[in-house]
Amino acid sequence: MTTIQLPSPGAISDTIEARPESDNYLTHTRGILSWIFTLDHKRIGVMYMWSVLGAFLLGGTFALLLRTELLTPGPTITDSADTYNQWFTLHGAIMVFLVIIPSIPAALGNIIMPIMLGAKDVAFPRLNLFSYYLWVTGAILCIVSLSMGGFDTGWTFYTPYSTTTTAGGVIPVLTAAFVLGFSSIFTGLNFIVTVHKLRPPGMTWFRMPLFLWSIYATAIIQVLATPVLGITLLLLIVERTVNIGIFNPSMGGDPVLYQHFFWFYSHPAVYIMILPAMGIISDIIAINSHRAIFGYRFIAFSSIAIAMFSFIVWGHHMFTSGQSALMNTLFSAISFSVAIPSAVKVFNWIATLYKGSVSLTTPMWYALAFLFLFTIGGLTGLHLATLSTDVHLHDTYFVVAHFHYVMMGSALIGMIGGLHHWWPKIFGRMYDQRLGTIACWIIFIGFNVTFFTQFILGSQGMPRRYYDYQPEFQIYHVISTIGSYIMAVGFTLTAITLFGSLVNGKKAPANPWGGRSLEWQCASPPPFDNFAKAPRVGDCYDFTVVHWDPKIGGYRVDESNDPEVNPAAQGTKAAH
Amino acid sequence: MSQTTANEHTTQADHAHGHDEHAHGHDPHLAHHFDSMAQQFDSAKLGIWLFLATEILFFGGLFVAYAILRMRNPEVFSYASHYLDTIMGGINTCVLILSSLTMALAVRCAQTDRRGGLIVCLVLTFMGAIGFLVIKYFEYTHKFHDNLVWGSSFYVPPHDAEGHAEAMELKTAPTAVTAITVKDPTLFAIPDLAAKPAVDVSAVKSASVGPVGMARASGAPAPEHAVAPAPGKSEEAHPGTHLEDPKMPPNTHLFFAIYYCMTGLHGVHVVAGMGLIGWLIWRSVRGDFSSKNFTAVDTGGLYWHIVDLIWIFLFPLFYLIH
Amino acid sequence: MSHQATHHAGSHAAEVHPEVGHVVPVKYLVGAGVALLFLTVITVAVRYIDLGEANLMLALAIAVVKATIVALIFMHLRWDRPFNLLVLIGSIVFVGIMLAFSAMDVHQNSPTIFNGNAPEAESVMQANAPGAPVAQIRSTNGGVGSSD
Repeated sequence: MTTIQLPSPGAISDTIEARPESDNYLTHTRGILSWIFTLDHKRIGVMYMWSVLGAFLLGGTFALLLRTELLTPGPTITDSADTYNQWFTLHGAIMVFLVIIPSIPAALGNIIMPIMLGAKDVAFPRLNLFSYYLWVTGAILCIVSLSMGGFDTGWTFYTPYSTTTTAGGVIPVLTAAFVLGFSSIFTGLNFIVTVHKLRPPGMTWFRMPLFLWSIYATAIIQVLATPVLGITLLLLIVERTVNIGIFNPSMGGDPVLYQHFFWFYSHPAVYIMILPAMGIISDIIAINSHRAIFGYRFIAFSSIAIAMFSFIVWGHHMFTSGQSALMNTLFSAISFSVAIPSAVKVFNWIATLYKGSVSLTTPMWYALAFLFLFTIGGLTGLHLATLSTDVHLHDTYFVVAHFHYVMMGSALIGMIGGLHHWWPKIFGRMYDQRLGTIACWIIFIGFNVTFFTQFILGSQGMPRRYYDYQPEFQIYHVISTIGSYIMAVGFTLTAITLFGSLVNGKKAPANPWGGRSLEWQCASPPPFDNFAKAPRVGDCYDFTVVHWDPKIGGYRVDESNDPEVNPAAQGTKAAH
Repeated sequence: MSQTTANEHTTQADHAHGHDEHAHGHDPHLAHHFDSMAQQFDSAKLGIWLFLATEILFFGGLFVAYAILRMRNPEVFSYASHYLDTIMGGINTCVLILSSLTMALAVRCAQTDRRGGLIVCLVLTFMGAIGFLVIKYFEYTHKFHDNLVWGSSFYVPPHDAEGHAEAMELKTAPTAVTAITVKDPTLFAIPDLAAKPAVDVSAVKSASVGPVGMARASGAPAPEHAVAPAPGKSEEAHPGTHLEDPKMPPNTHLFFAIYYCMTGLHGVHVVAGMGLIGWLIWRSVRGDFSSKNFTAVDTGGLYWHIVDLIWIFLFPLFYLIH
Repeated sequence: MSHQATHHAGSHAAEVHPEVGHVVPVKYLVGAGVALLFLTVITVAVRYIDLGEANLMLALAIAVVKATIVALIFMHLRWDRPFNLLVLIGSIVFVGIMLAFSAMDVHQNSPTIFNGNAPEAESVMQANAPGAPVAQIRSTNGGVGSSD
């Protein structure tokens, strides 16, 4: 039984139901069809999670192939530079479209967000399932494109190369990205409506956990930016099939227009990737410091500010593409200003840690790794936003290192951290935290060995996407490749830790970390309908009422001193 | 099987709401995760509006492309616009406006329990959509006949049916041509262009067309008749007269490229709208809709209005350039 | 929502009113339809009067008015939740952002970009064949080197 007896009758949080342990969302209905046709947000989220992790394995494999190829100048494991081009394109496309963009919103967000909000489901469960199957269709199309000759355009599909390359798989992969875009749009749409309309009584905007704020900001970008990707890819498909000439310079078209189009989506898209990770980190840091998040409203508004800024900085990808001098200057200046909301977040996280009583749990280690890596990733972004330095650094490994620090070191580390944070909630099992922490350290070290080296490589002039290189760069490439192997070991260990917990993990308590938000107040794993009654919503960052209870091996929320719950306790609260 | 899951869902919902105090009892149209009809309705409305926002941004990309192309080639737009039939475009605008009106009336009928009126209005809307597409079909076929098409086929004079077919075929050729010249990504633009002047200018002159010459220069087979058109043929042949027009500005094909992209995508939306309206007719004949349950008609109507709204902008941007 | 509906009922007191949403009176709908048709006629007529640059502005202004009528009356936004209107306006603003920045760039670049449309190209083209890209390419080949 997961029944938790709470002390005084008036103070009982109704959300923990007395129900048989065996009846949770995982076991509520059985059989493969009950998963395939499920409308339950948690199950859809879990399906997303496995799919995304599968795609991550595939994308990671291509990354290792790339790094191995670069161990020596000239051919190492493949003789064909074209094969190498296909590898890096696949690595990029898979990681961006199939892994990072859906990883946090669609996988973790789907599972956790409605529970955190206190809702029974997302607003449109059918649309949610449809969006998952769109993802699957996109993934299948990616694989189809491989069998049709692959594609070597880079994940950015720049014209005129993408409209003229002889690689046969370009159209399927463009269609895949188009379909995946709509999957992302529908997830975002669903989340916006859920946050707006399905908040239970008491869950005001400023009582929402910061993860919800960041998911909401992400959803805005998904809805407003992704359609532009859709039309861009559609135009590219038309351009490639019937040569309409809009992007083709030899037909009087404008290839730079394609870049405007593409980056109008793809710059906001990098915030689709990073914002939810920032939300996860905000919650992990607050919970594991057992201290109210510092500057709640600043963090919440900085998410929205980043979402808005993200739409007016896209030109910083085009400083060397023949963009006009005025626009370069303008985009450079606005890009610098994105540093403000980002720094607001980092300072607030550090201020939260200060004088908190920090528990160094595995998710917390990931959060600390995130802080370190995001700071490096963010600050090197300023080098690239500076026009004169960018001319030197553009399309070198410096750029590669920068966006890996942000995309992988921040977004993916945030995702893995969130996975560790909510794993006990999702599957009801605790993993071995010692092993998890070691894995985190290995990934952290491997990551820095791989990508910090690439900053040096890039600043010395090694261009990105090259199959061959000058011998003097070899030492850096070797170090970087070794780093990638270390990371592979780390991720394997992570997988062993997490999957091992499913086999022999200890049963997880409802609230293993001391969280206050609503998802920690329902059982682990959550029941099928999340909350039988609308839950009572308290201040989700007030950790003074969260206490360790050795009897249940977890934390417990004791609101008996809260006057809102127990009017008799008015005096006690005032005494605080 | 999905039906079974859905049923389980409902049963579960009933359970979950067993203790809830619903003043108005349990509405069969209320999904389990909503607390009230108002919440459900507002969610559906917000959802469809967000979807319409994505539609606006989807078309927005094309509007931006239009604006950029027009900024760079203003004379192309003012010249080529005259090839479009303002009367047909105007009639189509009116057809869409009227179908929007009948759609709005359909929503009203659904809200006020007028089933007959609902079906009549939806059928009228559906017929408006058909009318729009029929007119559009005549416009398109007329343009195809005159060889006012996208891409380099625009410059191929279609003297007869055979030539026309050939012109259509040629659409794929330029891709191959550029693929040959632009094999090396690092030298894409300037060398490609620099290679072109090797074209025999006299051949270009006699053909009075561009891309054919291009194709020839790059080694791709060019249709013979295009290179040396039989003298006198052009007078009797109406199609392709734009090629004889010395006032035609360069890159006129770009106008038709963006014209077909925008009206084509709009047409796809009209077809999707027809599917939607057809589904609504089927459901209203079945008697699904009433003042208690009209959300589907309402949201479907909003979609249809956005199709109208986009056309309201397409019409002046293409047909009404002075 | 429902109280708004009842509030607006007025002359239609006898009608069934849904619990949610707003029933728009027929006179509004028909009035909007007539106005839209009228504006269509106007906008077509204006085409034949030469107002220079103002033609485009006027055509777009009429289109905006028509779109506003459709959005407010047909799409119920006049009676709907303000947030839905915000969504509509927001999406248009973002298209505007995209347009403004891209257009500024093209505007800045247009004298320097090689697009076969340079003045010298046109003069040669008219001497050669109209509208032929080959002719443009040929004529501008000498001036390709321009850059900012």
